Amino acid sequence: MPTIYIDGQAYEVEEGKNLLEACLNLGLDLPYFCWHPSMGSIGSCRQCAMVQYQNEEDTRGRIVMGCMTPVTDGARLSLKGDTASEFRASVIESLMLNHPHDCPVCAEGGECHLQDMTVMVGHRDRHYRGLKNTHRNQYLGPLINHEMNRCISCYRCVRFYRDYAGGTDLAALASHDHVYFGRHQDGVLQSEFAGNLVEVCPTGVFTDKPLVNDYSRKWDLQSAPSICVGCAVGCNTSPGERYGRLKRIQNRYNQQVNGYFLCDRGRFGADFVNSESRLNFAGVRQDDGSYQAIKADDALSQVASLCQKGAVAGIGSPRASVEANYLLRRLVGDSHFCSGMSDVEHALVQQVAEALSTTRAVSPSLHQIESADAVLILGEDVSNTAPRLALALRQSARNKARQMAEDMRLEPWMDAAIRNLAQNQYSPVFIAGVHESRLEDIAAASVSLAPDDIARLGFAVAAEISGSHLPGLGHLSTLVGTIASALKAAKKPLIVSGTSLMNSAVIESAVAVVEALLSEEKNTLLSLSVPECNSMGVTLLDGGKGLGFNVLAESAAQGDIDTLIVLENDLYRRAPTETVDQLLGNIKQLVVLDSLDNATLSASYLALPAATFAESEGTFVSSEGRAQRYYPVFVAEDDRLASWQWLSELGQVLGLSGFDQLAHFDQVEQTCADEIPALSGITAAAPDHLFRNRGLKIPRQPARYSGRTAVRANVSVHEPKQPVDNESPLSFSMEGLGVGQPSSLMSYSWSPGWNSNQSIQKFQNEAGGEIKGGSSGIRLISPGEGAKIESLSVPDAFHPSNTDLLLVPVYRVFGSDELSRQAPAIAELSGDAQLVVRSENVNKLQVADGDGVVVVVDGSEVVLEVLVDDSIAEGCVGFTMGMPGTESLVIGIGSMVSLRRAENWQPRKPQLIATDNPNAPSPDTRGQRGVPYV
Amino acid sequence: MENSLREKVLTRNIGPDLVPADMESYEANGGYKALHKVMSGMSPNDCLEVIKASNLRGRGGAGFPTGMKWSFVPMGDKCSPGHKYLVCNADEMEPGTFKDRLLMECDPHQLIEGMILAAYTIQADRSYIFIRGEYLVAIERLEQALADCYKRGYLGNNILGSGYDLEMHVHTSAGRYICGEETALINALEGKRANPRAKPPFPQVSGLWGRPTIVNNVETLCNISHIIDKGAEWFQSLGIGEDSGTKMFGASGHVKNPGCWELPMGTPIREILEKYAGGMADGRKLKGFLPGGGSTDFLVEEHLDLPMDYGSIGSAGSRMGTGTMIILDDKTCPVGMVLNLLRFFAHESCGFCTPCREGLPWTRQVLEDIESGRGRKEDLETLVRQVKYIGAIGNTHCALAPGAMEPLQSALKYFQSDFDAHVEQGCCPYTQGERV
Amino acid sequence: MSQQLIQSDVALSAEETRQIDAELAHMPQKSGAAIDALKIVQRHRGWVSDESLIAIARYLEMSPETLEGVATFYNLIYRKPVGKKVVLFCDSVSCWICGCDGVKQKITEKLGVDYGETTADNQYTLIPVPCLGACDKAPVMMVGDDLHTHLDNEKIDQIFAGKLSDGEGS
Ligand SMILES: Cc1cc2nc3c(=O)[nH]c(=O)nc-3n(C[C@H](O)[C@H](O)[C@H](O)COP(=O)(O)O)c2cc1C
Ligand code: SF4
Ligand code: FES
Repeated sequence: MPTIYIDGQAYEVEEGKNLLEACLNLGLDLPYFCWHPSMGSIGSCRQCAMVQYQNEEDTRGRIVMGCMTPVTDGARLSLKGDTASEFRASVIESLMLNHPHDCPVCAEGGECHLQDMTVMVGHRDRHYRGLKNTHRNQYLGPLINHEMNRCISCYRCVRFYRDYAGGTDLAALASHDHVYFGRHQDGVLQSEFAGNLVEVCPTGVFTDKPLVNDYSRKWDLQSAPSICVGCAVGCNTSPGERYGRLKRIQNRYNQQVNGYFLCDRGRFGADFVNSESRLNFAGVRQDDGSYQAIKADDALSQVASLCQKGAVAGIGSPRASVEANYLLRRLVGDSHFCSGMSDVEHALVQQVAEALSTTRAVSPSLHQIESADAVLILGEDVSNTAPRLALALRQSARNKARQMAEDMRLEPWMDAAIRNLAQNQYSPVFIAGVHESRLEDIAAASVSLAPDDIARLGFAVAAEISGSHLPGLGHLSTLVGTIASALKAAKKPLIVSGTSLMNSAVIESAVAVVEALLSEEKNTLLSLSVPECNSMGVTLLDGGKGLGFNVLAESAAQGDIDTLIVLENDLYRRAPTETVDQLLGNIKQLVVLDSLDNATLSASYLALPAATFAESEGTFVSSEGRAQRYYPVFVAEDDRLASWQWLSELGQVLGLSGFDQLAHFDQVEQTCADEIPALSGITAAAPDHLFRNRGLKIPRQPARYSGRTAVRANVSVHEPKQPVDNESPLSFSMEGLGVGQPSSLMSYSWSPGWNSNQSIQKFQNEAGGEIKGGSSGIRLISPGEGAKIESLSVPDAFHPSNTDLLLVPVYRVFGSDELSRQAPAIAELSGDAQLVVRSENVNKLQVADGDGVVVVVDGSEVVLEVLVDDSIAEGCVGFTMGMPGTESLVIGIGSMVSLRRAENWQPRKPQLIATDNPNAPSPDTRGQRGVPYV
Repeated sequence: MENSLREKVLTRNIGPDLVPADMESYEANGGYKALHKVMSGMSPNDCLEVIKASNLRGRGGAGFPTGMKWSFVPMGDKCSPGHKYLVCNADEMEPGTFKDRLLMECDPHQLIEGMILAAYTIQADRSYIFIRGEYLVAIERLEQALADCYKRGYLGNNILGSGYDLEMHVHTSAGRYICGEETALINALEGKRANPRAKPPFPQVSGLWGRPTIVNNVETLCNISHIIDKGAEWFQSLGIGEDSGTKMFGASGHVKNPGCWELPMGTPIREILEKYAGGMADGRKLKGFLPGGGSTDFLVEEHLDLPMDYGSIGSAGSRMGTGTMIILDDKTCPVGMVLNLLRFFAHESCGFCTPCREGLPWTRQVLEDIESGRGRKEDLETLVRQVKYIGAIGNTHCALAPGAMEPLQSALKYFQSDFDAHVEQGCCPYTQGERV
Repeated sequence: MSQQLIQSDVALSAEETRQIDAELAHMPQKSGAAIDALKIVQRHRGWVSDESLIAIARYLEMSPETLEGVATFYNLIYRKPVGKKVVLFCDSVSCWICGCDGVKQKITEKLGVDYGETTADNQYTLIPVPCLGACDKAPVMMVGDDLHTHLDNEKIDQIFAGKLSDGEGS
């Protein structure tokens, strides 16, 4: 390890780092702006200046940028000396030339890296007397607010947006001190990662628009460690609450999972917590059909008496916690519990769980995914089904560049240099999907194929790797050869697939490829996506023992079910409307626990208001197989209760055996872990409620939390007693110790002098490394002995028909997911359900983009708007899965359907976002165009 | 031109009438002899050795030894497969610089021959002339000359039967001083915003499209064919002092005979100013001068007997830069002159790094205040601070900003009283506030 | 998803695409021809409108933002309409020493425009340019493709006399 001397003191530092990283890792405060641990160095802000001396005799030294200078053994440096300090202060003073003095009204105020750095360098008096440059702001859509005057031109935004996330519609415009970061013209930012600009920007240029519209200072937010419910990736979040409203979601750093970044579905979709259609009180249906709110106790005893009256069955949910599902299953009994997924979906997730625990391949964390040097994606449109995973794949594609850099002895953090060196060369990424993917720009090759053909492609690659050959591939055989040899040549190949196409052969083919690679002694990764935040958890719980949805419907039809309890699940999203109607018609009473109004809840006899993820604790298991805990950010209002609590109390009211030992969360979890071998690890996901941080609880409120009394001043000026959290080591107060705890208990990050999210580096063992207490979550699934591949399962090739089309699901990052659609900002972006058709089929029907088309599935008819997309596989037609109006199409996935032009279709307005203004002038760079000196 | 001892090398085809040399007249005067010589038997390494031995230093401003620069290009097996590039830097936007234009307009083949030889030496297969968009005449003549070369087999595949292939293109810039900085130039050639790149890696190993690239100034490249033709010793003998060869020197401002002359390296400044530029214009006295373009430090009367070579000018506290001098006379306001330059540099900042992007406009603002009589005493301190923070190489991402500070820092040294007078009198003593 | 507010039907002409293709021939990436393409289109159309910019971006398979970033970086790409001829007036150091400020004032009076403005008859747009590399003949300017040297008030009268009346008839 090299030794460096900073201000006379010797330090051992890690090789291959730059001086800025080295300083931060040593706990020294060196200010910076443009450098980012995930994005490396470019040397634009010049803030991280240090003085480097040539040798002991050299007393003058010269200024170097910490982020651009590698550590070298024996280097002599000064951080504190006047030369460097004065220069750093001058950089801040320069940045303040054009920066408005608007901290009091700036959304970034109080968590602003520029504020922190200004204080850190000690700059105070401004000498500049000229005018400030001003800019026109742009409308960037419902998620992001733009305030260009605050820009300090650190280039972080475009580096994240373009270089890291592959976006193209944000750029640095103009030059000299007129540099402008924006779009070509006003309009919605197209990247599904745009929300990260809020955190990446060190000032208040890009801010969280929903937060700005319903504003609170960071120091007034109460936060808790949480897990995103947007998809099954399991990103770690830190939601912030005030006045009982969820104000925003911030990234919670987990090196293994989401690192520094979230997708916009996760960041902005959680707003459903504040929805108008939240259920606040228990309700019971009256004879006249209306609901009457009733007291929680009454509701419980009513449910109890229903349960005592006859046979009870329960339907769990892939979006409810492991604990709630467990309690429901225990309440109704294994054989009366259904996982809550359709049979097809359940079987697929089961297949994934089995595959991951039998194959010898590792189910990788996103961090591991980023280290893959060849990728084959089979069927899963990850940009829409697991967006954060797609962002990780973008980084793995850059391993080619990293390799080239290493060969030239460039340090991995020399970001610009590496990009210039590699230009558009990527590690091989191959994509087979039913339509074009947003990862197209990094793909070595991509094909659109019908699902069965995707599986065939996978099996063929597997065969090729093992030296045999799958016949009948036609024009794909060259591609198969290319893929096979690229995977074989890789050090760490990764195969990505998942359940979204609802095709088990696709998943099996992915397993076949990894097994073939493993036989070649390859260190192979297999990442399989599943649909929802706890699809994996409920599947591991069920273990294949539960009732299938159809069997349950069947037994209802036999009259074997009197009361059906549905946990956080809109059954109408799982099965065709008629099927659900029939099921509900065949039972006597429907009891529903849910947080938001939906069709199933509306059909219930008795409804119990469930707390959302933000008001309850629980465990989710991600598609990786990682169990992670989330905690209530705030106390549920009114009669809302966590589902596990409702069920626990119900069991107690019913006097069921053992339920007296299930009153607390930890007890539920422990019992579940004891009883279900596949879930035995969940207790290790986070410490239990007895954990104390040096004797203290962990605060949800930051030390600067203010105005607690003022909130209720109109009611009483006395400070109310803070709620007590008996279920976790967290407290609903600012008292306690928020430093040094395990990362699963990090409510927020703050460190003296570091008020922005950049403070996270104070909690990491090194910049961009693990949180000191370890990455949160525990992996429940470990590789097995090797999966058996049935060679017989290779499906037949798909032959397009002249009349009918194969129905395939198409996913939308904004729209396909049930809960995030209830967030107004996401709803604005998601638009209506669509039918995705190739132009030749559109032409046959004589319709155009925006016209209506009738799809005939299984006798029922659905009318949808047409979107022409020639990237969809030949012979296939797609529909936007999960969007209202498409429920009855789900059952038709994989079958042939016929289309017909819809008469009397009212075309909707063109897909412009409400607030888009096509007449808005361009950014004020225009004022400068072609007019130097003015 | 009266100097009979002086051998014309770069300008031997340039007569007083400025008629451009076409292929015929260029060849008639010994042109493409060096090319034939190389293609019929000199190896790339032979060429490199000659250039190294000649001690040719880059004429683009920094004076880096050309042979050494070329020797960093990976050759043979050490180079990964792919293109290599030679780029001629013909961006000439340094204020007060007007030498490359002349060389290109009047003798385009001399540049092209030099480029072919340079490209051959580093085994580049593609080459570009990156030229200012405003140089329309030069562009047209270079295009014509290139076409003639392709016709003759001097460019294209299998040049003169040697098996060596080279493409050459003219790229016209869309206008930006920073494009002259070699890594910014490379970004411009890639169709990008011309922000300079961080070094390392140096372009010699990773430049245009990530491939090994050499960027040389027009004048540097114009020397190559002569050195190959007549040898390193001959070239060394051309210079008077330490440095080899001849150099294009110029003078602009209020001298009797502004212009550009080819003279031996090391010609004394006084000789250039008095003999060639004809001395100061009537009624004007010399106050100071920038020896090599707008980003060099002022020198004054006491430096007139220095020889124009890299070392001498450097030890006097300035840089030889491009060798084209800008003369400040006693009737012109030094503050105004520095302000003019700062306006230019602030506008031409690429906007990438903070000290330059923000610091130069700030400096300009302060100078505007001073020049227009709104200056305060503390503004002078601000200027000193700015020079300190922006002026040091390494404080900024590239050399533009330090260059921009050079005239200011030396003006503060030599013309301090002028700055004071502006502040004290509340106006420009030279124009009494008329000019600004 | 992608939506373009400015519906650009302004296609590139056959001649423009031919010239762009010639540049593309020696580019490893399409985006490499961005500056050339902007200049080519500007040569044909006088300036680069939003519509032209989008058409070029589409042709080079890059986003309008990326191309806009390039277009707005360079001084000689005009993103606003200019007159028939652009007057590139050098106000850099040598010309300044030699009195270009006075000449500039003369032009402004003569043409009735300041920097960045276009004459009422749409003949000339006045733009400052840093150093035209003709410092020995200062002050200098370019009018369209022609370089004019040793400028003084008389010269300005001459240069713009005939031409202005062509356009104005006054
Ligand atoms: C801001 C800036 C502008 C420059 N402009 C030019 C220029 O216009 N022409 C030129 O030849 N070199 C220019 N240079 C120098 C080049 O970066 C580079 O050093 C030179 O082209 C190398 O050629 P040489 O080795 O032949 O001198 C400039 C440098 C800087 C920092
Ligand atoms: S010093 Fe910085 S801002 Fe200025 S031109 Fe160089 S890189 Fe650009
Ligand atoms: S952080 Fe080092 S230059 Fe910006």
